[in-house]
Amino acid sequence: MDAQAIIAKRIARELRSGMLVNLGIGIPTLVANYLPEGVNVFFQSENGLIGTGPIPEEGMGHPTLTDAGGSPVTALPGASTFDSATSFGLIRGGHLDLTVLGGLQVDAQGHLANWMIPGKMVPGMGGAMDLVTGAKRVIIAMQHTAKGKPKILEKCTLPLTSARPVDLVVSEMAVIGFPGGRATLLETAPGVSVDQVLAATEARLATPENVVEMPL
Amino acid sequence: MIDKRVKSIAEAMQGIKDGSTVMFGGFGAVGHPAHLIDGLIEQGAKDLTLVGNNAGSGRVEPLVRLLAAGRVRKIICSFPRSAGSVVFDELHKAGKLELELVPQGTLAERIRAAGAGIPAFYTPTAYGTALAEGKEVREINGRHYLLEHAIRADVALVEAYQADRWGNLTYKLSGRNFNPIMAMAASLTIVQSQHMVELGDIGPEDVHTPGVFVQRVVHVPYGGPASNLATAG
Repeated sequence: MDAQAIIAKRIARELRSGMLVNLGIGIPTLVANYLPEGVNVFFQSENGLIGTGPIPEEGMGHPTLTDAGGSPVTALPGASTFDSATSFGLIRGGHLDLTVLGGLQVDAQGHLANWMIPGKMVPGMGGAMDLVTGAKRVIIAMQHTAKGKPKILEKCTLPLTSARPVDLVVSEMAVIGFPGGRATLLETAPGVSVDQVLAATEARLATPENVVEMPL
Repeated sequence: MIDKRVKSIAEAMQGIKDGSTVMFGGFGAVGHPAHLIDGLIEQGAKDLTLVGNNAGSGRVEPLVRLLAAGRVRKIICSFPRSAGSVVFDELHKAGKLELELVPQGTLAERIRAAGAGIPAFYTPTAYGTALAEGKEVREINGRHYLLEHAIRADVALVEAYQADRWGNLTYKLSGRNFNPIMAMAASLTIVQSQHMVELGDIGPEDVHTPGVFVQRVVHVPYGGPASNLATAG
């Protein structure tokens, strides 16, 4: 399994039937491919849709039906569409159970940076600031390092996305939570040791006795 | 007899002044009034402030050509740089295009507030970030909020699925996005609609944007000339 598949598959295990879930662009989008059998969730897309279904077959997409990344999607029976103010009212208003987003950096308290690299790139935050601020639970899907450099840092060097810390970071090496506001190693990927995770992480990680292997 | 239909894009775009604030609907290409923006290029207004979610991609779509023509002073958006947003990048780096980056939900609510007569509101989004600089902070029930101001526009450019001669509108699927709130937030709302229908064809309970918010409607069938000019992003 490649890094992205490990991350997406592990995060899919966090989904429970009946949840309203928003998946960001990139690795988060892949989570939908690994939904465990018998788990039925509602996917929300911040461009104004609840009830997105599988990607349509080539040429079968509807020209006015895309996800937030602009890719064609389908609408399941029971789906609904609405305007952007309603969509973000839903997000900011605490109606969203879970969002899965990509990240550039996460710090030791769980603060996320994912919208800007000063002087280099201004991709913009799109809906990320509202999602991190408003969703009941925030999971970050990201590779553990970028070009060999740790992305989980003592303090983010990039501008923060929100003052609200995230709940969980899932990388291809580890699952990290923030109980009591402190980065804590919860799981290691199959074949990855605690020491390897620590070596690839700049933030000081609490390592309890009971670090388990990531179920996939 | 109220009839807001106009016969051509040129007629629809008449009277837009230099220095105007112009909103445009759409999430990438979906629900995006590409023909009207093409018409804005022809019409000639300059020194514009644009308000929309994206800043276009590639080099051929009307929004990008409007930017490349040097007609835009400032753009207010949440996600200017999708894959292939080369023209935005070039202009912004060269200091020729001012950017006000606004979180998408805050952008939507600032537009909605303008149309609903609310001058400013408190939101938790962006509190404690670099975007909070210079903004009033208020603590309400133990949580911190930023004061954000409404965004009004001189002109809103909207894409609809159906329109009647009173300007009642429907939108298709995810084509709704920013269109209904922009229609309410501008002094002059111009609509390109894929279909023109008779009064009464849209049931009262099925109207998404009541015609009172609309001044001009022009029929632009989907797939018509220039509709393939807006690309995804």
